[in-house]
Amino acid sequence: MKRHVLSVLVENQSGVLSRVSGLFSRRGYNIDSLSVGETEDPKVSRMTIVVRGDDHILEQIKKQLNKLIDVIKVVELDPEQSVFRELALIKVKTNMTTRASVIEIVDIFRANIVDVAADTLTVEMTGDEAKIEAFIALMDSYGIAEIVRTGLTALQRGNKAIKNLNEI
Amino acid sequence: MADCEGVIDLKASEAIIKCLLEEQVDTVFGYPGGYILNVYDALRRSKINHILVRQEQAAAHSASGYARVSGKVGVCIATSGPGATNLITGIATAYMDSIPMVIFTGQVKSSLIGRDVFQEADITGATESFTKHSYLVKNANELPRIIKDAFYIASTGRPGPVLIDLPDDIQSEEIEFKYPDTVDIRGYKPTTTGHMGQIKRAVKAIEKSSRPLIIAGGGVILAKARAELLRFVEKTGIPVVHTLMGKGALPSQNPHYVGMIGTHGFAEANMAMAKADLLIFIGARIADRAWGGVGDKIPKSVKIIHIDIDPAEIGKNVGTQIPLVGDAKYILTEMTEKIGKLDNSQWLSEIQASKKPQKSGSSDRVEPKYAVRLLSDKLNDNAVLVADVGQNQIWAARNFEDRPNRHFLTSGGLGTMGYALPASVGAKIAEPERQVVAVVGDGGFQMSIQELGTIAANNLGIKIILFNNSRLGMVRELQERRFGKTTEVFLDKNPDFIKLCSAYGIEGIRVNNNSELEKALEVAIEKEGPFLVECLVDPTESTL
Ligand SMILES: Cc1ncc(C[n+]2csc(CCOP(=O)(O)OP(=O)(O)O)c2C)c(N)n1
Ligand SMILES: [Mg+2]
Repeated sequence: MKRHVLSVLVENQSGVLSRVSGLFSRRGYNIDSLSVGETEDPKVSRMTIVVRGDDHILEQIKKQLNKLIDVIKVVELDPEQSVFRELALIKVKTNMTTRASVIEIVDIFRANIVDVAADTLTVEMTGDEAKIEAFIALMDSYGIAEIVRTGLTALQRGNKAIKNLNEI
Repeated sequence: MADCEGVIDLKASEAIIKCLLEEQVDTVFGYPGGYILNVYDALRRSKINHILVRQEQAAAHSASGYARVSGKVGVCIATSGPGATNLITGIATAYMDSIPMVIFTGQVKSSLIGRDVFQEADITGATESFTKHSYLVKNANELPRIIKDAFYIASTGRPGPVLIDLPDDIQSEEIEFKYPDTVDIRGYKPTTTGHMGQIKRAVKAIEKSSRPLIIAGGGVILAKARAELLRFVEKTGIPVVHTLMGKGALPSQNPHYVGMIGTHGFAEANMAMAKADLLIFIGARIADRAWGGVGDKIPKSVKIIHIDIDPAEIGKNVGTQIPLVGDAKYILTEMTEKIGKLDNSQWLSEIQASKKPQKSGSSDRVEPKYAVRLLSDKLNDNAVLVADVGQNQIWAARNFEDRPNRHFLTSGGLGTMGYALPASVGAKIAEPERQVVAVVGDGGFQMSIQELGTIAANNLGIKIILFNNSRLGMVRELQERRFGKTTEVFLDKNPDFIKLCSAYGIEGIRVNNNSELEKALEVAIEKEGPFLVECLVDPTESTL
């Protein structure tokens, strides 16, 4: 099933997140990730939702989202025309012998070490999904203690903006 | 705060009543309790008529019946916790049938929400998937805006129930009141007019087709587009079938009327669907019950025009070549104007020739199909028939004649037993001058039987036609067909319904067979007040 990235502008109000996530579970849509945060307008939040489904399902998802009163606008982001990023924090098990090589890989990936303990390193890594997956795969051989990922977040490239909220 | 124009200081509960008056609400259906006391106190001092139901589910069904007959937004009100949860089935029923309603619920004090205190229930959460929208009021000053928006949302676009949850402390706060004049919800701009290019495409497709068929759904009735449909049909000569919710969209006597489709529909209507080369769905969801028995017989080559106010309905259950989002009333008017006069008489007569005379049963007891036909003949041209769920619903739907000013109400989407009695209360209160008849089964009657209390207390002249087959008849039939054996469908120990009604001060007649029926119906219709006609029906009587 094809993966689609939706950028959804919603009223920044309690209950919105539950309405949106409830919609996905209720109607049996597959959701890979959902990230949400305030926008330049504090009354509006932007959700980035990664969904899987054929064109028919995607069409329904968009329409059902649009039906929610608190949803202001739904746009499907074209991967060619957009920047996709995800943040992951990865706690890698290390010891005297492996530490240096982990640091080396972190450097190659232009990731950051944000915490150091006797037997772990915590790495902060931003990138598209493929990059994060690749990094995690490499770290697996050292032993991963914990991972947290934000889910994809995205913007259209160039001077395009999903705005003009009142004109839609 | 008298310096701002039109702004007055008011207690929130008083403000709520003022908002209701602004929305032309004259009647609310409800049941009081501890966390809605403030609103009730304000209600007491207002000119709004409050109908005390006997269970909250009935308040929602009554509001729904009221909305469907009056064409206005139905309003109901209940306390927090159990009052609110009792409403749930009624709200879900209204949602499935797209009925405009605003529901007020009491809630525990704002500061106590989330602590599982006495009579706390997360009603906005619980009803999330079957309200069009809902509000948990956190700031009393937002009430006028919320109520204005709620009525707008409930009644525009695809109508539906909107719930407003009112914490106890919010109800008694002092607010600066001014009722907003306008609504501007940036996430809610329903399309009503319909895309002109699409309308033209649809018209062209209709002109080119040789066997077009209209499938009218509940949307035609909700859009108050019956007259527009009639005009369109008269100009184009296109035959019309309908869903259960679309019953009444076109009068049964109209030469273009074919009948109801679906699992419980008529063979000729389903056949017409299968033979058509162009299907024009108007305000129909085309869910499984409507599609049942035909869906798989429809050739892939058929062209489909789908007219609906809700874009999400288009392409949801059936694929469409020509989607037309908008208000059926507007779109039908435009199409009628744009389309040339067509001749579909051959196709129409082909369908009409396939009509078979309705089976007439030969029962020693009352034959329900005959009974509904007789009832239909005796009722006025503007009667309202409210059917419950089960065999009784289908007997009613298949045999009650639709006339231009008649109304047929039933719970089509959710299929909620117990709907008819309270919905008929709402219908009768909306239009006291019209005849209102509830057709119920012995099962469904007992799901809302407490509403005899509401009917009696308000002396509502509702006529109840009870088809007593001592069975959960429709389930009995399904079990026999699917498993060959029946279980837990026996109501042989039913109470004496005549005596039961009599305990409420409601008169009634028991009818043992067809020959006693006519007299009984005449007496029932003649009498001023409520009346029960209990028809004894053979337990093996079939639905179709
Ligand atoms: C609230 C509810 N519970 C259960 C059902 C399932 N159900 C559908 S029809 C039916 C039987 C109804 O019996 P009755 O009211 O006597 O009507 P009849 O079919 O006998 O005319 C049942 C149980 C339902 N539709 N609604
Ligand atoms: Mg029965």
